[in-house]
Amino acid sequence: MNLILIAVIVLGAIGLVSALVLFLASHKFAVHEDPRIAQVAEVLPQANCGGCGFPGCSGFAAACVKAADAGSLEGKSCPVGGQPVMEQVAGILGMAAASSAPKVAVVRCNGTCENRPRLVSFDGAQSCRVQNMTGMGETGCAYGCLGCGDCVKACQFDAIHMNPETGLPEVDEDKCTACGACSKACPRGIIEIRLKGPKGRRVVVLCNNKDKGAVANKVCKASCIGCAKCVKTCEKFEAITLVNNLAYIDAEKCKMCRKCEEACPKHAIHGFNFPPKKVVSDAPAKPVAEKPAAEAPVKNEAGPKAADAPVQESPVINNVTQ
Amino acid sequence: MKTFRIGGVHPAENKLSAASPIRKAQLPKQAVFSMFQHIGAPAKPVVKKGDEVKVGTLLAEAGGFVSAPVYSSVSGKVSKVDVALDASGTRRPAIYVDVEGDEWEDSIDRSETLVRLSDRPDLDAKTIVEKIKNAGIVGLGGATFPCHVKLTPPPGCKAECVIINAVECEPYLTADHRLMLEHADEILVGVELIMKAVDVKRGYIGIENNKPDAIRLMTEKAAGHEGIEVVPLKVKYPQGGEKQLIDAVIGRQVPAPPAIPINVGAVVQNVGTAFAIYEAVMKNKPLIDRIITVTGKSVKQPSNLLARLGTPFQQLIDECGGLPEDTGKIIGGGPMMGKALISLEVPMTKGSSGLLLMTEEEARRTAPQPCIRCAKCVSACPMGLEPYLLSKVSEKQMWDKAEAEDITSCIECGSCQFTCPSNRPLLDMIRVGKSTVMGIIKSRAAK
Repeated sequence: MNLILIAVIVLGAIGLVSALVLFLASHKFAVHEDPRIAQVAEVLPQANCGGCGFPGCSGFAAACVKAADAGSLEGKSCPVGGQPVMEQVAGILGMAAASSAPKVAVVRCNGTCENRPRLVSFDGAQSCRVQNMTGMGETGCAYGCLGCGDCVKACQFDAIHMNPETGLPEVDEDKCTACGACSKACPRGIIEIRLKGPKGRRVVVLCNNKDKGAVANKVCKASCIGCAKCVKTCEKFEAITLVNNLAYIDAEKCKMCRKCEEACPKHAIHGFNFPPKKVVSDAPAKPVAEKPAAEAPVKNEAGPKAADAPVQESPVINNVTQ
Repeated sequence: MKTFRIGGVHPAENKLSAASPIRKAQLPKQAVFSMFQHIGAPAKPVVKKGDEVKVGTLLAEAGGFVSAPVYSSVSGKVSKVDVALDASGTRRPAIYVDVEGDEWEDSIDRSETLVRLSDRPDLDAKTIVEKIKNAGIVGLGGATFPCHVKLTPPPGCKAECVIINAVECEPYLTADHRLMLEHADEILVGVELIMKAVDVKRGYIGIENNKPDAIRLMTEKAAGHEGIEVVPLKVKYPQGGEKQLIDAVIGRQVPAPPAIPINVGAVVQNVGTAFAIYEAVMKNKPLIDRIITVTGKSVKQPSNLLARLGTPFQQLIDECGGLPEDTGKIIGGGPMMGKALISLEVPMTKGSSGLLLMTEEEARRTAPQPCIRCAKCVSACPMGLEPYLLSKVSEKQMWDKAEAEDITSCIECGSCQFTCPSNRPLLDMIRVGKSTVMGIIKSRAAK
């Protein structure tokens, strides 16, 4: 009896002392985490894709809270959740959300099987990274898409797929979250994360070839040859720059007039998601009129440039009559 | 019989052109000289469009210490300084020369008379290395490492012996074999020059025993040269790898990078390089031509050609009976380490040891199957690595793990891929991993 009593008392005493030590320690070494981090993390999509540039969603939440304390959420954007999620985040933190226009992945290569014939066939490991190490790849273009689909494997959202007909990857704009995984996976840096543009409309140079014009012209029917014609048509807005024999359209400066698209002798510039082009003249030969007939929708779209449109029409008619 | 201690494979030898004597290739109509014919900094052009050049005129100077100058192998006019497709599969800076006649620089001694080391007592180590450096000589086995760099040991290192690589372990290739049979005396003088340049008394010439005639001849001739010994080696690929050869000949093992052969006292040079050194030092002839084996099972006339650098591969193939119809792959170099070419416009460079036309059947790669964990690749790896693992971590982009598993020690010999029963593209993936890890290490060192 006595033995049991002693045991109970001793154990009880040890328990009490330990509890006291733990209590004091938990106060002394308490790590205070801002409760807002957990709140912010909760509204994030939990895709942990790293597209924001931070290690996972909790990392991004911590960065947002820190940025909010510093006074601004500028530059913080969740590519998966987009603007709605950022507004929620801003609401929790009592800030105004930095306006971030939605972005999308754009494959800047139009070297389809037709435009860029395969000269040799690559039979090594089917990976773009491996093929890129062998030099040029299957075509003569040292900058174009290699077609093994490393970007497709990298996409967690099933938003990019190879088109067997063209041999190029195609982005499903509805699914694309602009997380940038495909862009990082591409050994040739062809995929750009670009502003989606109003109503998804954007004008892009679909080429990545930095070779001199003569070489670029030879290897692909749709390559940018660095002739700078587009740069000239865009003198007013200065949206197009030519670096290393390659034209680039600044999405923020682009006014979507699509004049560069017509000026490009190699048809390397493409407009996305514009409404179908209306036919200008009564009965034009279809294949010729298709390209330059873009003025009609542009007129409605961008009022100030309407005056230029009739001038542009004359070559169309010439083309048709020839 | 000696050989290296771990790994290795024995692919079918297929030395089809072994019996065909070296013959001179015709002059090309236009020669193209790449500025990237060696490892290291690219050469810098010193000529411009319209300049008249002769055989042996300097076209481009070395772009740094680890670099080599480029000399014209033809006479004529520089037609342009532009880019050209080379064996790496990319367009890189090159000089184009339109060929007119065959005029040589007067300083080059074109006579056939053998100049012995005893005839030139004025040569000291410094002069020899200087001459080699100025002649633009690089390792002619295929790695094209500038020769003078190896002959200039870093401070604190002392060479103990010179090892001449005459194993030619690549299947099909016979350029070195023929060179030994036809120019044994010159090679031996070349070896003496290398020994003098690094101040050593011992020289070994490692030859695989599938070349008994070369072993016999070289042993006979080497008797007249003090300190040079011919070492017959068992046939095993990749015995021509520098580290494998050192292990096979003197039984020393080079530690993992950054250690280099000189750390174990060895200087390794290819037998073709020894011949080029003889010509450069004794005959004042810069590196303007080399022997290239043009071969393949369907080639009409598998040959060993003495061709001028800059000659387009198309012409060399034409001289050997034209391109066979069933050609499936054209490889610059040997079948194990060579690189498939994407065009026949590619000009011959200092490192072109062979041109192999594989038939479609030979070239076909079967679809890879899952790894069955048989570890054949592990037994085959001459560097003691685990290729299946390196390939996997490269695929998964686990660069830290790849570095920890010594991916940088890989010599890219391809024994793993050759031996894999599942036809897995092991080396393809390892190469990606190796180059990425090397990049990471470099950028870390730069910080």
